[in-house]
Amino acid sequence: MMSGMKGRVLVVDDDTALAEMLGIVLRGEGFEPSFVADGDKALAAFREAKPDLVLLDLMLPGRDGIEVCRLIRAESGVPIVMLTAKSDTVDVVVGLESGADDYIVKPFKPKELVARIRARLRRSEEPAPEQLAIGDLVIDVAGHSVKREGQSIALTPLEFDLLVALARKPWQVFTREVLLEQVWGYRHAADTRLVNVHVQRLRSKVERDPERPEIVVTVRGVGYKAGPS
Amino acid sequence: MSRDSSSSAPGGPGARSGRTGPARRASRFGRLVDGGLLLQGGVQGSPVLRLFVRWVRRPLLPAVRLWRRNIQLKVVVTTLLMSLGVVLMLGFAVMSSVNNGLLKAKVKASQSQADGGFRAAQDSVNAARQSTEQGQGQGPDGSTVDGRNAAVWMSDLVEQLSSGGQNAFAVVTLTSTSDAGSVRGSRASGGVEPILSVPEELRGRVDKGTEVFQANTRIEYDDGREAQPGLVIGKRLNDLNGDPYQLYYLFPLTQEEESLNLVRTTLATAGLFVVVLLGAIAWLVVRQVVTPVRMAAGIAERLSAGRLQERMKVTGEDDIARLGEAFNKMAQNLQLKIQQLEELSRMQRRFVSDVSHELRTPLTTVRMAADVIHEARVDFDPVTARSAELLADQLDRFELLLADLLEISRFDAGAAALEAEAIDLREVVRRVVGGAEMLAERKGTHIRVVGDQQPVVAEADARRVERVLRNLVVNAVEHGEGKDVVVRLAAAGGAVAVAVRDYGVGLKPGEATRVFSRFWRADPARARTTGGTGLGLSIALEDARLHGGWLQAWGEPGGGSQFRLTLPRTADEPLRGSPIPLEPDDSRRHRGLNDAGLPLGGGNKLATVPAQAAAVSQKASPPVPAKGPIAPRLARAAAVDLTALPGNGSRVVSRRSPDDEVSSAVREGSESPAPQRGTTTSPDSQQAQKSQQAQQAQQAQESWETQGSQAPPQPQESQARSREPEPEPEAEAAREAEAGSAREGESARGR
Repeated sequence: MMSGMKGRVLVVDDDTALAEMLGIVLRGEGFEPSFVADGDKALAAFREAKPDLVLLDLMLPGRDGIEVCRLIRAESGVPIVMLTAKSDTVDVVVGLESGADDYIVKPFKPKELVARIRARLRRSEEPAPEQLAIGDLVIDVAGHSVKREGQSIALTPLEFDLLVALARKPWQVFTREVLLEQVWGYRHAADTRLVNVHVQRLRSKVERDPERPEIVVTVRGVGYKAGPS
Repeated sequence: MSRDSSSSAPGGPGARSGRTGPARRASRFGRLVDGGLLLQGGVQGSPVLRLFVRWVRRPLLPAVRLWRRNIQLKVVVTTLLMSLGVVLMLGFAVMSSVNNGLLKAKVKASQSQADGGFRAAQDSVNAARQSTEQGQGQGPDGSTVDGRNAAVWMSDLVEQLSSGGQNAFAVVTLTSTSDAGSVRGSRASGGVEPILSVPEELRGRVDKGTEVFQANTRIEYDDGREAQPGLVIGKRLNDLNGDPYQLYYLFPLTQEEESLNLVRTTLATAGLFVVVLLGAIAWLVVRQVVTPVRMAAGIAERLSAGRLQERMKVTGEDDIARLGEAFNKMAQNLQLKIQQLEELSRMQRRFVSDVSHELRTPLTTVRMAADVIHEARVDFDPVTARSAELLADQLDRFELLLADLLEISRFDAGAAALEAEAIDLREVVRRVVGGAEMLAERKGTHIRVVGDQQPVVAEADARRVERVLRNLVVNAVEHGEGKDVVVRLAAAGGAVAVAVRDYGVGLKPGEATRVFSRFWRADPARARTTGGTGLGLSIALEDARLHGGWLQAWGEPGGGSQFRLTLPRTADEPLRGSPIPLEPDDSRRHRGLNDAGLPLGGGNKLATVPAQAAAVSQKASPPVPAKGPIAPRLARAAAVDLTALPGNGSRVVSRRSPDDEVSSAVREGSESPAPQRGTTTSPDSQQAQKSQQAQQAQQAQESWETQGSQAPPQPQESQARSREPEPEPEAEAAREAEAGSAREGESARGR
């Protein structure tokens, strides 16, 4: 149990019953929930509440969840977990591409939700000063920064975790399942699309040419590995 | 080992390579035992003839294809040929009538002229004789005087006869051929060369008879004029001395011949023109009809390719225009219907999506609330606590059912999309088996994985494949009655396969296809132990179909079942066969046992072995040695592990147990008297011996195809005894063996 970790969670959901239920569960697990029901007001609520994590329903009145996700991502790297009723590929991929770190499909169990939230919040309590190199990138794990030739590259915490996981063991080929477990904290294999989408996003930020990746290399049929440094 | 090499060839269909086996044997039997059959088969009997026919046909093929495909060419050529025939017939008719008209008259005139001549000659002889008799006494030397007189008389006669002709004819006298040595030479008027102008044959005839003869000839001249066609009429007459001589009238036919030639040339030219013109007209007319038809065909093709806005150009009000109008109307209706259907499908998808959202949001709340209550149930009184438990359990079930329903409706709406990438099926199997371990432990089942030495890589959607396999494995564990479950992987040719084998209650005949029906239950009376939704296998089937793969079931009552998932190695490649036989090698039938577990007679057993299972088994998975039927599982497991399984179609030397050697010997013995049956069976050892001759496969295969298709149906009684769950094992085998019949295989699964 990670007692003592008081996470502030912003719940963006228009269904009041679900929001209330989420509140009950989250409070029971020691989180501090705050609520907003309207997509248009979500950004303002986000700025005001300064949450450690956002639970975002994809279908919202006013601005839809995808848009809200993009807006929040534009100004913060705070973890975003989408709540979606649509497990269809397109919806999930669109959500992930708009910046969400993880998604959870309704109906979910409270424990599942809490596990995901914890997994997203856990990383903030990793200290360990560590310098890693991957390709021509230099990663300062404790300082949470990635630099190429002195220029720092802005990554979300999740992208950073993904990069660090690959960079720590450059000799190892990571299957998507292993990455899911290490980066997302899933015990059981879930949707590997998460990995695909986030690898794409990471590449678009760290690769010189995302079409010909050199930092995060695909190993056909297996998974990904760090490129030679 | 040709079968191995062919099965490892990229894209080489698994079952096809298996086919060379029976093919070889079939051809051998065809030659040795039943040579007469092949002879009756006609062309197939003689490879040389076949080769020749092929050699002749090859360069002609484009022309033949053009002929078959081009109606315009067909009509024009037919018109040309037919009009040519008509013109020829007409020409001959006209020519013969002109011939009659022109020549007959001339011939008649000539005949009367000649008759007159002959009479005059006769008269002249008679007159000369009379005058000689009156004027001169007959002396002993009269003959020489007469001879001189006769020669003079003859010359006079020729001159006299020809003088009336004015070059319309010439007169020739010749001595009789029998009197060739006579001093009297031939005489001719008008510069005619007498010997050459009169045909030898006519002279012969004239010589023998006394009547008038005639013949066609070419009149030759000795004064340098050109020879010309003519009619010669001749008769034998007697001269002054009573000696026979031949008198010929020669009538030149130049004018008539020229007229005839003119007519002939005119007719031929006109005929040629008519034929060419008719051809051109036919071409034009057909073009008028064919062009719109071709346009319609092209537009129909584009329509069927999805370009629904394509329309025909319509001008005028004729039949073609009506065709165009009807066609356009059809296209419009089609477009409308398709749009409606698309709209419906879109609405359906929207609806599914909306229902999904609308149902799921409250369900989430209920779910969470139920969980909270469930967590706190220790504080409740027993009734409420139990209610909380039931609530939570049934919510799980409800959720599963909802998820499956939505998944199925997504398939129905065609909204399911494949996210294929190269995955190693061993990973998926490992995850699935890992996930099923808990359930297996509870049931006392051990899950074994076979064939995972080499990577089994295919382009597939890992999520869907995992869902399929999880379903199969969980089903196998649930229905396995605590016995082992074997998950077998294999790859060969262009396909990979995973088969899940259990040894539980199995399937009754006919159930192998019904298991995939929605909400189908093996035994409605049986209590449901685990909360399956009844949609699992239907979804699995759809998942397999989405990959272009097969999901098939085999089972025998009390003997367990096997579910086999076959996927193409690359996403777009059609499946032709599976590396794993649908019916496992340790099935009751393959072990030679009947339902009661008693051994079958060798010969009967042979007749019921389906070609497919046998053919595939040689190539992909080595046979499991026949051990005791319900033998201890460990023993069989060891045997299975001993035999190397091909991961990617590599060579496999199957190790055989002594039992098998014996049984194959028995099979060989029982096979020879029934060669036809031999085409549907394939004992492995025999296969190995014969595999060296596999190179003649091409030829042999073809003869097998014809023979194989004529293979007699299985004996009713043995089929009944074997109680084969698949209705037509042979048909299934044929279907699997048939190249390029991937969709067929699919339909077989869905039947």
